[in-house]
Amino acid sequence: MTKNINITLKVWRQKGPNVKGGFETYHATNISTDMSFLEMVDVVNEQLTLDGKDPIAFDHDCREGICGMCGAVINGRSHGPEKGTTLCQLHMRHFSNGDTIVIEPWRAKAFPIVKDLVVDRSAFDQIILAGGYISVNTGGAPDANSIPIAQEIAELAMDAAACIGCGACVAACPNASAMLFTGAKISQLALLPQGKPEAANRALAMVNKMDELCFGNCSNERECEAECPKEISISNIARLNREFVKAGLVSVVK
Amino acid sequence: MQLDAKIPSGPLAEKWDKHRFELKLVNPANKRKYNIIVVGTGLAGGSAAASLAELGYYVKNFCIQDSPRRAHSIAAQGGINAAKNYQNDGDSIWRLFYDTIKGGDFRAREANVYRLAQVSNNIIDHCVAQGIPFAREYGGLLANRSFGGAQVSRTFYARGQTGQQLLLGAYSSLMRQVAAGQVTMFPRREMLDIVVINGQARGIVVRNLITGEIESHAADAVVLCTGGYANVFYLSTNAMASNVSATFRAYKKGAFFANPCYTQIHPTCIPVHGTYQSKLTLMSESLRNDGRVWVPKIPGDKRPPNQIPESERDYYLEEKYPSFGNLVPRDVASRNAKAQCDMGKGVEETGFAVYLDFADAIKRDGKEVIEQKYGNLFQMYEKITASNPYEEPMVIFPASHYVMGGLWVDYNLMSNLDGLFVMGEANFSDHGANRLGASALMQGLADGYFVIPYTIGGYLAGTDRPEITTDHPAFKEATHYVTERTRKLLSINGKRTVDDIHRQLGQILWEYCGMSRNDEGLLKARKLIQELREEFWKNAMVPGSSEDFNQSLERAGRVADFLEFAELLVIDAFERKESCGGHFNEAYQTEEHEARRDDENFCHVAAWEYKGDDKDPELYKESLVFENVTLTQRSYK
Ligand SMILES: Cc1cc2nc3c(=O)[nH]c(=O)nc-3n(C[C@H](O)[C@H](O)[C@H](O)COP(=O)(O)OP(=O)(O)OC[C@H]3O[C@@H](n4cnc5c(N)ncnc54)[C@H](O)[C@@H]3O)c2cc1C
Ligand code: SF4
Ligand code: FES
Repeated sequence: MTKNINITLKVWRQKGPNVKGGFETYHATNISTDMSFLEMVDVVNEQLTLDGKDPIAFDHDCREGICGMCGAVINGRSHGPEKGTTLCQLHMRHFSNGDTIVIEPWRAKAFPIVKDLVVDRSAFDQIILAGGYISVNTGGAPDANSIPIAQEIAELAMDAAACIGCGACVAACPNASAMLFTGAKISQLALLPQGKPEAANRALAMVNKMDELCFGNCSNERECEAECPKEISISNIARLNREFVKAGLVSVVK
Repeated sequence: MQLDAKIPSGPLAEKWDKHRFELKLVNPANKRKYNIIVVGTGLAGGSAAASLAELGYYVKNFCIQDSPRRAHSIAAQGGINAAKNYQNDGDSIWRLFYDTIKGGDFRAREANVYRLAQVSNNIIDHCVAQGIPFAREYGGLLANRSFGGAQVSRTFYARGQTGQQLLLGAYSSLMRQVAAGQVTMFPRREMLDIVVINGQARGIVVRNLITGEIESHAADAVVLCTGGYANVFYLSTNAMASNVSATFRAYKKGAFFANPCYTQIHPTCIPVHGTYQSKLTLMSESLRNDGRVWVPKIPGDKRPPNQIPESERDYYLEEKYPSFGNLVPRDVASRNAKAQCDMGKGVEETGFAVYLDFADAIKRDGKEVIEQKYGNLFQMYEKITASNPYEEPMVIFPASHYVMGGLWVDYNLMSNLDGLFVMGEANFSDHGANRLGASALMQGLADGYFVIPYTIGGYLAGTDRPEITTDHPAFKEATHYVTERTRKLLSINGKRTVDDIHRQLGQILWEYCGMSRNDEGLLKARKLIQELREEFWKNAMVPGSSEDFNQSLERAGRVADFLEFAELLVIDAFERKESCGGHFNEAYQTEEHEARRDDENFCHVAAWEYKGDDKDPELYKESLVFENVTLTQRSYK
């Protein structure tokens, strides 16, 4: 049932990357429980604008859980309390009248704050460009059905490929590790026959890049898997490790 | 001025081959010397930037989002068409061509559409090679489904995330070229003007969305792949940043805008539930393969759906279109939903919703089968509405979704401005007055992977271009214009938020220029838009400064452009005295209330030239010549 609730927000405000930030308190009244979380922030921002104040900066685009643009830590949880849900897909019906909600940006050395809740995630692009692709040029591909791929393999690859690159895994990890994100891409491509020729180089290059970009190590806390809005499995990290070890062996042989 | 589409001569099936042979080639050693700007990183922009870089051109690629991987294309759910005929069910290049031409209500160019069908197969080959995990059969070969009313199964898909997977494929090829130093990425940049020198597009001016700095970039050619303008309706299924600004600025610099009134209203979206609503969510069209659309027979019947007996339900699509039933094309399904609601038969509190019921499908196939097919969609629906579609019918209503209109381009995908290419949803070219499901992804990738790599070479090898840099006065002028406009926006200091004004614009268009239109309403809309535009420049409130990350300013600039563009949309709708595809003028309908085309007088592309802020735009007509198909009244009975 739709109802209206009143809530208190404590929101991280920070003007720029090198400026000190802090929490500000706002009251959001008459919030319909049918609203999405971001629509609730829209309402607060409309009021801030009318009051002549600076609205809260936050990233968002598709608002349907697929672009990976949105994200914030809500009461200590990446993307909020609902399992398998991005912030834009979270609805206010999961909150109660009188609640206080603390909203913070992703916090990780590799993701510097741009403004308020907006962070710079370009490190993820850097990891992909280190090797997250199959080297084929447009034009030379054989007929699509010339390489049969077992359905289970295709499905496993698709499970890994579902990652939206939001960064919640990094924010949730006590070490700010990017292993789930990187593992998902390495797995997708290592599972498929098309990706095998480059598998070794890819694993080495992406893992090295990840370290270089100041992401932390994985110490098996599993927070990433718990908070990932696309429920990317931690088994992808195991596969990354196997690929990495295999790659090490191959490069020794060379 | 005569619009020349530059369609190659010869038989339809041989035009593209012949043209590719006739196009001049750029010497491989010279490609390195050419700079190409690609604006947009969606399926069209991402694929173009990657393919051009692979050929050796040096590419600068721009997007609004923080990463190229987040372009709006990522949201496409249903799938991508190709004429592979892997299912042996009678598909062919010719059939895909014919379905697309007919689906577009015979308002697209034969030659373009045929080429699209031809290269559709190469797209699937390339995407599989990139590692895109398309759905597969047990035997390991690719799976297909029938989609959007097609009577053959030609749609390839990756669960409900086809757009995401195709885009990540293009993104990975793009990143490979960034790593190779062939592409420089400029994310969080918004193109605010295009620079034309001696009639040739030679660069762009962008705002760095983080620092607010205005930057100039020069090139040998500019490729716009900036997506569609469905957000002119405020509420739409498009991503929040989707805009008309890039194409509209090009229009103001002399590029013709074609068929702006062809907008697509998608029949199956989650209905509006409150004024705070910021966007609408699409429920994939594939749901109509198994869901049955109905409303209560008695207007105003407020009983819950499961208390309405079979005999008092009106399955209006099945009734009216016995051969296509629930699978009629989008424009037909949307108009019929509206007609039912206008008769007072709409459901939910608002009365603007119809049911999409899976009860019979679940009874027939079992819950498991339905879950396998639509599980993720049902889950998404439940997340948003808190209602369980396994137990209760879904409620759906049409929403603004896609635009067929866009910048005019010739067969080479070049606009009337030399060196300005336009691709993907941003151009007008392949879908006529109505787009069929799963064909936008196909078009974006066809343009980027398989058309532009050839046609841009022909242009670069065949034209003289003086050496220029960003010191050229035209860049200074554009920078000045952009800076002034930003200053103006920030100094309005009014009392209404930009979103509030945008919402009102959406209401005007939805009411008078939405699913059905009439002359009186269009005239009224034009006046209301002019008044609202005036209100915007007097009374909008744009906080913050220009030298900062300022999302309010970004939105204000986009809405200011929508307010101008909306008038062009309405003018075009008024001028087209017929009904076709997404454009339905009530004065032109058959006895059965279907769209009635006027092939004698309106079988043309309407291309508009900007003449000044206080002047009406000028209309140019490109006649559409059909040599290979016979124009028929679309019938889905
Ligand atoms: C919910 C939904 C589902 C869909 N499902 C399907 C489907 O199943 N099958 C199908 O065929 N089609 C589908 N479509 C349609 C299809 O997704 C789009 O038409 C297509 O993806 C558009 O691609 P594009 O490359 O032209 O533009 P977009 O993907 O919109 O990309 C635009 C790019 O331009 C950039 N840009 C825009 N303006 C500027 C500017 N001023 N300055 C700098 N950069 C700019 C953006 O940042 C972005 O990178 C769907 C659409 C929606 C909304
Ligand atoms: S693995 Fe999950 S949490 Fe991490 S970036 Fe991908 S989708 Fe986001
Ligand atoms: S806004 Fe796209 S995932 Fe949330």
